[in-house]
Amino acid sequence: MSETTYLEAIRQALAEEMAADPTVFLLGEDIGRFGGAFKVTEGLLDRFGPERVIDTPISESGFVGAAIGASMMGMKPVVEFQFIDFMANAFDMIVNAAGTSRYRWGQKVPLVLRGPSGGGVHGSAFHSGNPEGYYCHAPGLKVVAPSTPSDARGLLKAAIRDPNPVIFLEHKFLYRRIKEELVEGDGIVPLGRARIARAGRHLTVVTWAAMVHVALDAAAALAGEGIELEIVDLRTLKPMDDEAVLASVRRTNRALVLSEEPQTGSFAAEVAARIAELAFGFLDAPVARLCCPDTPVPYSPPLEAAYLPDVPKLIAKARQLLAY
Amino acid sequence: MSQAGKGFGPLHPAAAAARDLLSPSDLSRERQLELYRWLALNRAVEDRLTNLYRQGKVVGGLYSSRGQEAISIGTACALAPQDVLAPLIRNLGALLVRGIRPREIFMQYMARGGSPTGGKDCNLHFGDLSRGVMAPISMLGALIPMMAGVALASRLQKVDRVALTYIGDGGTSTGDFHEGMNLAAVLQVPLVVIAEHNGYAYSTPTDRQMRIRDLAQRAAAYGIPASIVDGNDVLAVYEATRRAVERARAGGGPAMIEVKTFRMKGHAEHDDASYVPAALKAEWEAKDPIRRFERHLVDRGLASREELATIVAGLQRELDEDVAFALDSPLPPAERAFDGVYEPGEVTA
Repeated sequence: MSETTYLEAIRQALAEEMAADPTVFLLGEDIGRFGGAFKVTEGLLDRFGPERVIDTPISESGFVGAAIGASMMGMKPVVEFQFIDFMANAFDMIVNAAGTSRYRWGQKVPLVLRGPSGGGVHGSAFHSGNPEGYYCHAPGLKVVAPSTPSDARGLLKAAIRDPNPVIFLEHKFLYRRIKEELVEGDGIVPLGRARIARAGRHLTVVTWAAMVHVALDAAAALAGEGIELEIVDLRTLKPMDDEAVLASVRRTNRALVLSEEPQTGSFAAEVAARIAELAFGFLDAPVARLCCPDTPVPYSPPLEAAYLPDVPKLIAKARQLLAY
Repeated sequence: MSQAGKGFGPLHPAAAAARDLLSPSDLSRERQLELYRWLALNRAVEDRLTNLYRQGKVVGGLYSSRGQEAISIGTACALAPQDVLAPLIRNLGALLVRGIRPREIFMQYMARGGSPTGGKDCNLHFGDLSRGVMAPISMLGALIPMMAGVALASRLQKVDRVALTYIGDGGTSTGDFHEGMNLAAVLQVPLVVIAEHNGYAYSTPTDRQMRIRDLAQRAAAYGIPASIVDGNDVLAVYEATRRAVERARAGGGPAMIEVKTFRMKGHAEHDDASYVPAALKAEWEAKDPIRRFERHLVDRGLASREELATIVAGLQRELDEDVAFALDSPLPPAERAFDGVYEPGEVTA
């Protein structure tokens, strides 16, 4: 069996769910004939037709609103944002209309909002967003951020079948850079369950999306010195798999949260707080965070490299914690 | 010069020439009496709510549609049972027509456990799609794209269902209104938007919202046909809506109806509307939609004053029971605050 990229895995999940469920349809900018800015939906218009792959005006709030309305009528819309940063234009719809509906009046909103997030490709401030903190904060939403092709496919399929609004953050740095052989069959990855991306006994690194690969590289580098990092890939941020994180921290007694978000008010802050609150007695060092600085994402390669967490920064932070 | 200050009365020539006369109608006597019954019920429910508010029984604010009842009733009565309607805060009457019972509304305003939202949300912030009602959203404009989506689903599912929603003059200044109108036009979905031009957005008169006289101009920008109707003429509102709904049902795409009316109370019960010129209020008081319809029914020999009084007395007896029922019903148990955020149903491998 051939290897599949992260991007192809997402396309496969969309095609398989559309084939299996006639209520699934796609909405977004340039997703039809053009196949999307990153070509995720390439070929789907030919296969499923213009009533199921709908090109929209440049109108994020408008088409998210329409997706919410259609969802309430029994359809399963999957909305693509050209860049995840543009979700901000639909923030009110997502947070106030979609997120509160089930609680306020019992109306479910099965809906997936997906798009390319993250930096590392010199996209600068408007094209490198990591908005997980905003949406994890808002009640009623689920937030998913896969790190591998198998997870991208399996989590997206689970997201489409989930009866709630799900924000699906695809990391654009991973789209064509990582590939693997996918399992046969559905390969569903349930929402809300973390995985141990690498087992280790000295320090737990909790992370997600592209940063999982930074953590794996750092772990490989430190392994030569006999330092074993345990890497917990959250996969779903909300609902978060607290037990997987706490179980790991109880084993390693040290925790570092690695995230591509600007640090203040990040979802990483929530992860760190939960560890401090629920596993304080197991900790041999304060919970640490390695995030981006509180600046917009810069453009020029040396600036962006300085901004993003990377293997040397993670190794330095890990050493500090281990020496505490 | 302020439009509101001048008075921006009904624009169509027939109404301007003879303001007290309602549009001619070929609706049967029974159907016209049904419209009357809904109008009277709308006002009676809101009068009861005002009493409850003054007694301190209403937990939050109270928003009245006094003077605008003909719009809610005329539009909702023009829909078929399978259609979906999304009200705003001044469309209580539309909810009644869709089958929401007055006792549900009393309980909702009084935050009772048996209310449609179980005490989780306030005033008219509830819906029930089994009765074709979508819950309103306070971020004005949001319902336009959402209802465009309801209409889009009709097309994708190949079902005969028209979506209808409302927007105030203030709400047409929002980005969502414009995004939703444009999207509905591009997708050519069966959406009918009722633009209620009632002179004020909270305390802000229309001329501080826009430099155009008619909201209908905004629809034109999107290639959406719009008509302008005397919003205090229930028959005119009904007829215009019926035409727009039929057109949408037949695949003609979205339509907007601008209904000219006036908000006879403040934004909410706490607002004395002292910013409204007294002369303007008096001018519209004379055009009260319910009194006008009564005169129409009596003048045309469709009903006697006594018959109308009998209808109202019957409604009042029903409301006595509904108010008593709501007052006797308990507040929700505290633990309900925590449930129902997510729809259950884990997707497993």
